[in-house]
Amino acid sequence: MPPSDQPSGVIHDIGYRGYDGARLGRGYLVRSLFSHSLRGAYGLGRPARSKVMPALLFGAMALPALIMVVVMVITKAGILPMDYVDYIPVTFYLISIFLAAQSPQLVSRDLRFRVVPLYLSRPVSYADYVLAKYAAMAAALLILTATPMLIIYVGALLTELPFWAQTKGLLRGLAGALLFAAVLAGIGLAIASATPRRGFGVAAIISSILVSHAVVSSVQGIAIGTGHPTVAMYAALFTPFYLVNSLQLWLFNPRVSLLFGSMPMPQGWQGAAFAAVALAIVAGSASFLLLRYRRVSAS
Amino acid sequence: MTMVDPAVGSSTSQHDPPSIRTEALTKRFPRVTALDGLTVSIGAGVIGLVGANGAGKSTLIKILLGVLRPTSGRADVLGRDVTTSDRELRALVGYMPEHDCLPPDTSATEFVVHMARMSGLPAAAARERTADTLRHVGLYEERYRPIGGYSTGMRQRVKLAQSLVHDPRLIFLDEPTNGLDPAGRDDMLALIRRIGTDFGISVLVASHLLGELERICDHVVIIDAGRLLRSSEIAAYTRVTEDLVIEVIDGEHDDGAGALSSRLVRDGVTARRNGRLVEVRIEDEATYDQIRDAAAELGIGLVRLQQRRHHIQEVFTDATV
Repeated sequence: MPPSDQPSGVIHDIGYRGYDGARLGRGYLVRSLFSHSLRGAYGLGRPARSKVMPALLFGAMALPALIMVVVMVITKAGILPMDYVDYIPVTFYLISIFLAAQSPQLVSRDLRFRVVPLYLSRPVSYADYVLAKYAAMAAALLILTATPMLIIYVGALLTELPFWAQTKGLLRGLAGALLFAAVLAGIGLAIASATPRRGFGVAAIISSILVSHAVVSSVQGIAIGTGHPTVAMYAALFTPFYLVNSLQLWLFNPRVSLLFGSMPMPQGWQGAAFAAVALAIVAGSASFLLLRYRRVSAS
Repeated sequence: MTMVDPAVGSSTSQHDPPSIRTEALTKRFPRVTALDGLTVSIGAGVIGLVGANGAGKSTLIKILLGVLRPTSGRADVLGRDVTTSDRELRALVGYMPEHDCLPPDTSATEFVVHMARMSGLPAAAARERTADTLRHVGLYEERYRPIGGYSTGMRQRVKLAQSLVHDPRLIFLDEPTNGLDPAGRDDMLALIRRIGTDFGISVLVASHLLGELERICDHVVIIDAGRLLRSSEIAAYTRVTEDLVIEVIDGEHDDGAGALSSRLVRDGVTARRNGRLVEVRIEDEATYDQIRDAAAELGIGLVRLQQRRHHIQEVFTDATV
């Protein structure tokens, strides 16, 4: 029947229709859960109030980079005010708040409202779930930390700083950002998944990062003051931001960081300890998450 | 009508392979045995899974989904082994859990689209199927509002929609009428019946309420303490007995029912008076003629002749005693 024969605005119940189209495999499911979770980390697809916090933090992270670009353009100084690898250690408070506020968004919510059994009734396993959530949190952190670096890079090229040196600097910064993202996402998700209560998760994450940071800072201060630079160097193993910062400087940048010039950094084989601890945190939190969700799936 | 062998399953499935088959299925938890050597074979259609709370219904469903591993024994769903082909199997089934499972801060549309994608539907198909499915379960304008503001009835509909959105061949519904008021319960039961008949999707519906399942199921499996009590077609449970209930108008008699029953007994028919009704055992077609002749001779009006059905409750009490 041509459409013109039918009165407009009438809904016809055409009955149940089956679905014969494509049913995509495991890769698609993990990607779907990854993108859903990454969007969730920035409050997309959620009510407006869920978007406020991540948007503010994203803006606050990008602001120093924008100011740096403006300063570079005006002063024509011909030098970066700050190296790419230093951006994350300098903004670590903001990153910590983002991690604490958003990790529970990815995992506590599904636990609290018992959505996990619905995922597990679909062709995904608990390991797929953990993989997608971990990757999504790491990607959310990477977006948060890499965007300012890209802003600085564009600014540096606009002020005609040497292209190859800048590109190399940016790549080092991004590789470092990847390390930070992997370690921090593991810590954030492992702590958040331990409780279905979002508030507890937020508090536990922020305090574990800030307390360990404060303790390590004071131990380092005492160690330097009493002439034990090696103790100060190894103390950095015990808090995530110092740990990964030492690791990235050891890996990518033999020179001493502009900002942490006073602090001894691992040299030669000493760096292996930092690599090992970072790896242990990633592997440990992934194993913890797998165990946690295996228990959820069996209950 | 004869009693159907439970192994044969419902009438629609006599040429199909059984949807669900378990063999000596056992699940032991540290402190409790949830399933204890359960062997059952069920065909297509709407299947009721009845048992008291703690009888092992939810455990059985989780094993059939391939989410929980049995301690021993085996189970096939749609011809696939639940321990070795669980991923493949879960693409073909849907699951509505007993508990709440909806995040309050997303809309029904957003949530069901996501769940459709998590069953492998491409984004465009997921959106289209979500719109269709939400309409079928009876959610309209409210589907764009956050789920947090929904009534229990609406939440149950969203839970049902997410189990249906990928057009599964079989869905597992765990206590779908939980928390609903009588009207909501009737709506949900009618919807489940429609899923089985109009949508052509087999349903395993778990409930501790026998009366509900009597109305909508083709086949009922009764379990108790993890063991099979009984499995057969609903018609076999509530099968039409050979008893006929007759309601009469007294006509020329002061006591029509009494006169009819004594007349039938004299003619050699097994009849019993029950208040204003007469209950008659039908031996063969001739019994109807005898009733007609007796009523005509006595000048009694026949108002109603009805075959008496057993209620499923009676069967359950028989089986447990």
